Amino acid sequence: MTAQTEAHAPDLLYSEAEEDLRSAVRSLLADRADAPKVLASIESDTPYDQRLWDSLASGIGAAGLLVPEKLGGQGASHREAAVVIEELGRSVAPAPYLTSSVVATEVLLALVTDDGPAGELLAGLAAGRKVAVLALPFATAPADSARALTGTLDRTVTGVADAVAADVLLVPTGEGLYAVETGGDGVGVQPLVALDLTRPLAAVTLSGATGTRLAEAGPAAAAVTRGLLAGAGLLASEQLGVAEWCLTETVRYTRERHQFNRPVGSFQSLKHRMAQLWLEVVSARAAARNAADALAAGSPDAPLAVAVAQAYCSTVAVHAAEECVQLHGGIGMTWEHPAHLYLKRAKADSIAYGSAGRHRDAVAELVELEAP
Amino acid sequence: MSATIDAQQVRRLARELLAAHPPATTGRTAFLEARFDAGLAWVHYPVGLGGLDAPRSLQPVVDAELAAAGAPDNDPRRIGIGLGMAAPTILGFGTDEQKKRFLRPLWVGEEVWCQLFSEPGAGSDLAALATRAVRDEDGSGDWVVDGQKVWTSSAHVARWAILIARTDPDVPKHRGISYFICDMTDPGVEVRPLRQITGEAEFNEVFLTGVRIPDSRRLGPVGDGWKVAQTTLMNERVSIGGARIPREGGMIGTVAKTWREQPALRTHDLHRRLLTLWVEAEVARLTGERLRQQLVAGQPGPEGSGMKLAFARLNQEISGLEVELLGDEGLLYSDWTLRRPELVDFTGRDAGYRYLRSKGNSIEGGTSEVLLNIVAERVLGLPVEPRNDKDAAWKDLAR
Repeated sequence: MTAQTEAHAPDLLYSEAEEDLRSAVRSLLADRADAPKVLASIESDTPYDQRLWDSLASGIGAAGLLVPEKLGGQGASHREAAVVIEELGRSVAPAPYLTSSVVATEVLLALVTDDGPAGELLAGLAAGRKVAVLALPFATAPADSARALTGTLDRTVTGVADAVAADVLLVPTGEGLYAVETGGDGVGVQPLVALDLTRPLAAVTLSGATGTRLAEAGPAAAAVTRGLLAGAGLLASEQLGVAEWCLTETVRYTRERHQFNRPVGSFQSLKHRMAQLWLEVVSARAAARNAADALAAGSPDAPLAVAVAQAYCSTVAVHAAEECVQLHGGIGMTWEHPAHLYLKRAKADSIAYGSAGRHRDAVAELVELEAP
Repeated sequence: MSATIDAQQVRRLARELLAAHPPATTGRTAFLEARFDAGLAWVHYPVGLGGLDAPRSLQPVVDAELAAAGAPDNDPRRIGIGLGMAAPTILGFGTDEQKKRFLRPLWVGEEVWCQLFSEPGAGSDLAALATRAVRDEDGSGDWVVDGQKVWTSSAHVARWAILIARTDPDVPKHRGISYFICDMTDPGVEVRPLRQITGEAEFNEVFLTGVRIPDSRRLGPVGDGWKVAQTTLMNERVSIGGARIPREGGMIGTVAKTWREQPALRTHDLHRRLLTLWVEAEVARLTGERLRQQLVAGQPGPEGSGMKLAFARLNQEISGLEVELLGDEGLLYSDWTLRRPELVDFTGRDAGYRYLRSKGNSIEGGTSEVLLNIVAERVLGLPVEPRNDKDAAWKDLAR
């Protein structure tokens, strides 16, 4: 592939079916995961609302969107999954969707055979009966996946996202990829205090643990790359959702809040900042849709589309959340106002699956703009 | 007719035109006139005025059919102001005589148009304009115009101009303006080149001294010119939705090419900045593509108003980086001789020209600051700023 050719003409719009899916997810989240409920749940011992997860995963059928029907899923694509993730970003609801229904699911999809163990696990994930996560630090970029296959089933992996909710860990080792039950002997999941309260992190400690080998090192590396690429690509839609909420709320608040006998939103310095943010959100939508569409089409362009989306959308989400806190003034600094949840999510997302800088490096390689 | 017209029908009309006036043996102007008379100039215009009362979406069918046969086009870039701004305004507000007189030579490209709107004291605040049009007391009903206009592209080659002038200084500024068609060959019209930072004179200053305009060349009612001008300005907005832009299709492609071909110029700092801009240019391209798809699907969004902002900033940053990347060569400039180009050509010139000319991208056609206000107020619904010029008579405003 060269920079000048484009393998796939993208469809950057939302289909009617995608909009219907969005409405279903949005009304579920409005019902079960509004800001006060999210705030209450992250302060409880059970950050995940099981009823919410059941409704989302099996009720709406969101968990199996990426899984073909013959393997027990919905047979949809990354385009639909991206819409679900956009809504989850908009509500910052704690739900192991990106980690289990996208990343772990994609890893298993790469390894599924007619009678292998991956198929059974995949069916469990697709039905929402089980949650699986890839036991790698959340910051691992797709380009670093080959390097991630090291060690044995005796070690500690820190910063694993959503491990506290997982039934199964997909553990890359020097010998291949293993499925390890979190309830089994020699498996410890220690919750960490995370910056982003809405997506728990844990240290996974394996000592004498046993697991089912899903793949040897070669195919495992390809499978992990596929999982991380889908994760990074769809994370852009989460960042879009976060940024959209921040912009919408900031506009609403600055229209109502009066200072100096005027709505603060009538001051030009603030208007320009919000208009600039709108432009960034509009652009982030095009980038995120492009990544989702390229993944859905299995386009050879997908690695570039994903790297571009991550290099762009990470920054937009953080910028939107930072503006949201600032333009809310003092109230934006309080625990009661949900702005901090979005700031924490946005900042954590900017590291997840590779930083913007890491993705720019990937762009440089893909379009042949070599460093000195 | 309009209810039943379809793609097949316009294609048939195009073929009939080609058969009656084979491009190989017909003169350019003659062919374009015949095309206008066949209603294939702009199919959505009325019958008799270059159109067929057909849906606008059928125009590409005609264009493709004629282009495939090697028919001449009317050089729309050269006559852009006439086509994009004067024509829709004349169609919307002109009298039958005006439409008949002006639209055909305008479309054929025989008569070039310019726009006498901006003034030294009225740029973004266009309605503050001071050029006066006063009715002559000799009973002719003619208007006598005095004032100065600026940033007028094509004025040195234009036969006609659309002009806004103040006809009543005693009412608030938006209400005392009238809209005229000005003959650029009339006595009292003086066009002077306005040299820009590039060294070129792409634009002009136009001095109007006692210019007589008959009342028959007024567009719309006296004092209602601002409303007429809105039609013109709405049509000025950059229209996206035409061709797909390929990856690296804009200015970023030039810089990327230099980067690939001249490794000796590379530094780590430039690499970091180049990649950031490459990603932003690619995202801007995708945003434009998404807007194009929305238009095709019949769901136009407000994104268009943001695209000009994005492209202006990108052009400026990329061309600035390009000059730096070139190093020694970036210290040079092609030619400072006063030139009078008819078109802006970003790709045909050197990096220094691109850097300097792109500074205009955030000013021309609405400054970025004014466009941000428009986005904030019309797209986001933020409150308008308090203003004190809406109800005061124009003559009482500070200038």
